Amino acid sequence: MIDSVLTDAVEQFVAGRCTPARVREIEAQPGGEGARELWNEIENSGFGDALVAESHGGGGLGLSDAGTIAMACGRHAMPLPMALTMPVRAALAVEGDVPRGPMTIVSGPAVNAENPIVVTAAPYGLVADWVLLSTPRIDWLLSTRDAEREPSGGHGSLAADIRWPALPEDAVRLRRGEGAATPWRATAAAFVAMQMAGAMERLLEMTIAYANDRSQFGKPIGKLQAIQQQISVMAEQALAARAAALIGLAGEGARVDPLRAAIAKARAGEAAVAVAAVSHAVHGAIGVTEEFDLQLHTRRLLEWRGQYGGETYWNRILGAALIDGAAPPLEFVQNLAAIP
Amino acid sequence: MIPQLPPSTIPTQDEELRLEVREFARRYVAGMAPDARARSWMGFDAEFSRQLAARGWLGLTLPREYGGKGRGHFARFVVVEELLAAGAPVSAHWIADRQSGPLIAKYGTDAQKRFYLPKICNAKAFFCIGMSEPNAGSDLASVGTRAERAPSGWRLNGRKIWTTNAPRSHYIIALVRTSGAPGDRHKGLSQMIVDLKLPGVTVRPIRDLAGDAHFSEIFFDDVELSDDALIGAEGAGWEQVTAELAFERSGPERLYSSIVLFEEWLACLHRRAQSGAQIDGESVALAGRFASHLAVLREMSIAITHKLEHGESPVVEAALVKDLGTELEQLMPTAITDALAQNPDEAVDAPLARTLAYVGQVAPTFSLRGGTREILRGMIARGLGLR
Repeated sequence: MIDSVLTDAVEQFVAGRCTPARVREIEAQPGGEGARELWNEIENSGFGDALVAESHGGGGLGLSDAGTIAMACGRHAMPLPMALTMPVRAALAVEGDVPRGPMTIVSGPAVNAENPIVVTAAPYGLVADWVLLSTPRIDWLLSTRDAEREPSGGHGSLAADIRWPALPEDAVRLRRGEGAATPWRATAAAFVAMQMAGAMERLLEMTIAYANDRSQFGKPIGKLQAIQQQISVMAEQALAARAAALIGLAGEGARVDPLRAAIAKARAGEAAVAVAAVSHAVHGAIGVTEEFDLQLHTRRLLEWRGQYGGETYWNRILGAALIDGAAPPLEFVQNLAAIP
Repeated sequence: MIPQLPPSTIPTQDEELRLEVREFARRYVAGMAPDARARSWMGFDAEFSRQLAARGWLGLTLPREYGGKGRGHFARFVVVEELLAAGAPVSAHWIADRQSGPLIAKYGTDAQKRFYLPKICNAKAFFCIGMSEPNAGSDLASVGTRAERAPSGWRLNGRKIWTTNAPRSHYIIALVRTSGAPGDRHKGLSQMIVDLKLPGVTVRPIRDLAGDAHFSEIFFDDVELSDDALIGAEGAGWEQVTAELAFERSGPERLYSSIVLFEEWLACLHRRAQSGAQIDGESVALAGRFASHLAVLREMSIAITHKLEHGESPVVEAALVKDLGTELEQLMPTAITDALAQNPDEAVDAPLARTLAYVGQVAPTFSLRGGTREILRGMIARGLGLR
């Protein structure tokens, strides 16, 4: 169950620290002091260790609670991988020392120790100190200290192509404990889906407020039926995305279930298109300006949609499981509930 | 201002009903063609309803002292979703169990409850809804059917339309004007329970585009009603009908109208995959897309049931989930048609083709019945604080 005390505390922390001015500053200078300061504040808050077991000195929270933190990051356009760091740290803590610093997650081909390692379009690549590189056989934790980084995204994006000349000496090879390996792409997708749900909730609030505030034809545009119907659709999609994201971070223990993650990312991605479109349509030209905050959220939302697998990628995984399994669809979805 | 749907879960004691209901429903429909099962809550079978009643699966939300089970909304959710997923012919008791019974339980006098509720729970009284009229559709407050005071109680004149199951139902609960004129809108409306066998009641079935005659037009010509035909307070009809519509919109049937088609199509894909054929990526992704939508809608529907269970009236949330649900219900026949037709050389099984044709034909009604898409979106906008 989601703890409302936690929700309030997280919301207060993220809203207070992750202001639009700081988001803009970090986007303009991803390697600058602003990013370092914000990360130190996050570090001191302890939220980065939320998923680390209490026996390892962490917060001992479950996935759905970590989802609350990811949602707040989405609501406030967090320009650092606060959410993705949580599951990486939880995995590292089981093995031993956990380095400090923001961490991102990337899937890539197998690593050959003598050859350069290249990953493309790594989310948060410009601001991450560490990359969890998941390859078919081995998961690595690589420092970005000596890596070459090139921005790979559009204006304001924090994604990067990253190149290591060779496997860094301090690379950590994660042991894959008993049972299956951590499904890192699904894990990242589930956390990003939750950020997307947060962004959509925020966009809905901003859009309602704007529609009630902006007057045309002698009345607030929110009184026009054409606008009302669009914002109703937006609300439906935002609520569906949130319900989907909650499914994504449900399940037994701290392990993300790939089929639940598939529901979360596919459904949130579909919702994102409608939510971003309506928010811009209602705001008109002011919504695409640098100075207005809307773009901080819509840019991220649409970038997240394309990261860690899009709708078709995840829908195919779901569809294949459905067709192979031959269970009636109702039974299939009953087994993927938000509260198992 | 923004509605919240915190996740909930079906209590274990209600979940325990599931397997027995599933087995019973699947066994009952085993011999039915899929296009007949696809009719589900349009499929009338009084014998099936009586068998459900005998097993104690009707009136789950109604009070025990009136023959109900006093179990609540989650128990009904479990029973209903299993019946719908099987494509069981639930139409006979559907409206009574879903909304007329709860309406009578909420607003009726003790005598009305004693008279009607046990019959509903035993599948001996089937109900239909008297809301729409030829000149009152989405603008429901403009109803012109009128009940006037008479020596016996009330005298009823007017007509209702689009009434599902009227020829085979025992009673209608009609929204009528008891004072003022149509221009008075929400004021002066009341609800009346009318025995459809009374003199002056004429039912004319209306055939639909799929060849069925589930709905009808009803004429009331000087129908003499006793005093106790009035349900609830005189003049409170609008408020009551709003509560009734919340029951009508909040159930899981707003997600499952096309589920028999989905299941048939999946079974066909499964058979093809088993025979070694490669399933095209578009169809696989489409199946996944349906599943992701269905899983999410089911969560939202459970969250609404939680609110009903705790005495809330989640009117805006129900409108929101119904609108999203009917979108999925309508997407299914549209997209499955294209998925099957992408390869004209591949044969489609006739039962699947007939199911697809039926669901495709009636799909426009999914976003009409129980409040049109545009009306629902207007309600959501009001809930969001936009007017």
